[in-house]
Amino acid sequence: MQPLTHRGRLFACQSIRDVGDKMVLSLASAPAFIVERDETRCIACQVCVRQCANDVHYYDEVDGSVRSHDAQCVGCHRCVTLCPTHALTVRTNPLEFRPHANWTGEALRNIYKQAETGGMLLTGMGCDQPFRIYWDHMVLNASQVTNPSIDPMREPMELVTYLGAKPERLEFRPEMVSAGEDGERPSGSCMALTTEASPQLELQVPIMFSAMSYGSISLNAVLSLARAAEAAGTYYNTGEGGLHQALYPYGAHTIAQVASGRFGVHPQYLDTAAALEIKIGQGAKPGIGGHLPGEKVDLDVSRTRMIPAGSDALSPAPHHDIYSIEDLRQLIYALKEATGYRKPVSVKVAAVHNIAPIASGIVRAGADIVAIDGLRGGTGAAPTMIRNNVGIPIELALAAVDQRLREEGIRHRASLVVGGSVRNSADIVKAIALGADAVYIATSALVAMGCHLCQRCYTGKCNWGIATQDPYLTKRLNPDMGARRLTNLLRAWSLEIKEMMGGMGINSVESLRGNRDHLRGVGLNQVELDALGIKSAGF
Amino acid sequence: MPEQRLTDTVLTAPEGVHVVEQVVLESRGVPYRELNARIHGLVEEGVSAIRLNGLIGQRYIGTNLRHPVHLTIDGVPGNDLGAFMDGPTIEVLGSAQDGCGNTMNGGAIIIHGSAGDIIGHSMRGGEIYVRDSVGYRVGIHMKEYESMRPVIVIGGTAQHFLGEYMAGGILIVLGTNLGSGVAHPSHYVGTGMHGGAIYLRGRVDTNLVGKEVGQMPLGPEDHLILQRYVGEYCRYFRADAEALLRGPFTKLAPLTKRPYGRLYAY
Repeated sequence: MQPLTHRGRLFACQSIRDVGDKMVLSLASAPAFIVERDETRCIACQVCVRQCANDVHYYDEVDGSVRSHDAQCVGCHRCVTLCPTHALTVRTNPLEFRPHANWTGEALRNIYKQAETGGMLLTGMGCDQPFRIYWDHMVLNASQVTNPSIDPMREPMELVTYLGAKPERLEFRPEMVSAGEDGERPSGSCMALTTEASPQLELQVPIMFSAMSYGSISLNAVLSLARAAEAAGTYYNTGEGGLHQALYPYGAHTIAQVASGRFGVHPQYLDTAAALEIKIGQGAKPGIGGHLPGEKVDLDVSRTRMIPAGSDALSPAPHHDIYSIEDLRQLIYALKEATGYRKPVSVKVAAVHNIAPIASGIVRAGADIVAIDGLRGGTGAAPTMIRNNVGIPIELALAAVDQRLREEGIRHRASLVVGGSVRNSADIVKAIALGADAVYIATSALVAMGCHLCQRCYTGKCNWGIATQDPYLTKRLNPDMGARRLTNLLRAWSLEIKEMMGGMGINSVESLRGNRDHLRGVGLNQVELDALGIKSAGF
Repeated sequence: MPEQRLTDTVLTAPEGVHVVEQVVLESRGVPYRELNARIHGLVEEGVSAIRLNGLIGQRYIGTNLRHPVHLTIDGVPGNDLGAFMDGPTIEVLGSAQDGCGNTMNGGAIIIHGSAGDIIGHSMRGGEIYVRDSVGYRVGIHMKEYESMRPVIVIGGTAQHFLGEYMAGGILIVLGTNLGSGVAHPSHYVGTGMHGGAIYLRGRVDTNLVGKEVGQMPLGPEDHLILQRYVGEYCRYFRADAEALLRGPFTKLAPLTKRPYGRLYAY
């Protein structure tokens, strides 16, 4: 019998370790990716070995070469990106089940995995299923001949957006001037505004970073968002992770969440933030709570959330003091009372079937901002079946809500912020034309910081230093560099938004808001066009 | 609103009964926003005791107050009494409604009567004493953190979902209104609990207890906890500590800090 080579022995050990005492029935543990190493380029520098938290690469000391355990690869491209000689390629494993339109490979692999573990399927980031992306079926208008377009390079173009309740009407009184010993008299020519504005958030760009908690992402990632929000004149959102001491200096650019677990909600938290957001739901997992496993609650996370280290951080599915719109009003006003009516209160909900009346109720409950998160919104961890099957696309939800609030005459009483997959500046222009005041971005922001959407955030092994608390990994994301990349993204999108607005002959984002005449549908049926409240292209 | 300053005795100041200068606000019919703004204004001025007369359902009294001020409420405060508060002592000479002590950080609320639902929701510190009974979901998601350990003591009984999702702190239910041999009426006690302890005096039907909690024997530390907080209860409401401490007490505590650790397929 031929003796095993070292290489052969290692592979044998590996496969035994993988299989363990499981009954081998499936391709569930077959590699999802194949790591190809060009041996003519590889210099065995082991950068890949050090970079991979999933232990895909290892150095074989006997034959002095670097090898891979493909089964552990999640396809995050960290090694491919950092390999100095470009020796690595990661490909999807072409190993396929017999083609079946109904029983796809994914459907089978999921069953094998659940038969082995008895657990719910878990995933990260937004819905990866091929639902129709309505942004891509709407096109924008531009001025030709009959009205002039505007050149944003030469002419002022206003993107400043104010979020908060707008007054019903403006009231004035005659301005008084001193009349010597007689006291004061009306000036006769000037009027003074007497209407008091509700608290507003001023955004230099109609884009905010949506809720991502410290715990689900690293402190360096949150710091990057906070610094970028400050630099760009906008806001980031704490999620339900509390406010780490390092984030207090960015309070003026912080929206602090109050969610069902009330983690880290204490007097200084309420004082420091610029606005508060009651989190009812999230697009990736409408109707279910959150669950940060105990092993991720290290000392720092425990201090920030104000919970014991090592214990599960459970966010119940509902707020247990909110079972109705009246109860929601109670919490909104509790927060307003707690902050002296100086801060806008936002309510974030997931886009679900009856979103229009729900949003109407939220506005009537006294929210200054209604944030709606669509079906494709991201997450650090969600059950796969929930992420992929619950909720509705944000485009349809936004159109329905804006329409409903206008019909009820209450659209001015709250600003509308939408998220749940805004991928580029055109999505933003379309969202505003459909009726949004501003958008929330999260996945786009993570991608700007290096995320490659491997969808394994829940493992805590993010090689890009984003969705992890491992200090060896988190130091890979320098918060100043992260902030610079995010600020660049916002600048680039602002330039594009201005170009698109200028092309339409619009010089202020105010004039674009709810201006659906600038949208046309392509490849949509009449029901979809009606739901979006837009005409078909050609009309 | 009518306002006067007079000298009065405060029953339950931390040092015991003593005499202070007190501002009395005639609160009947005053909207909560105005009333709370006045309370905050007085506290900023340095007033150490305020008495609210004729309160009928005004919400958010004492919300986010952070000074060790003593509020006496003659009447029925509305929902969210003392929400987010950190330091004051609120004494209610009557019953309280829902959400009292919501996400409270420190201080004390003493209720000479009954209280409604979700008392002490997510409270992180401070103490709540209710002379009589309480409604549903009391102590839900209470949590402790470093030296902060919230406490709720209820003289009578609680409705269902007592201490649900509890992540820390102490919940004591004395069952003084239970007939002899009658079990506590609360169902799903401690469902999803993963921290802290619940002490129930009198008979407990184990079928009604959440599956994440177990009955634990009382150790010397538990007896110290009971002596301290049942003692406080008796001091506030002039009850017989010796009789109440005779028990018997059942201690409920979580079986694991990770009740939902094996839910996922990875």
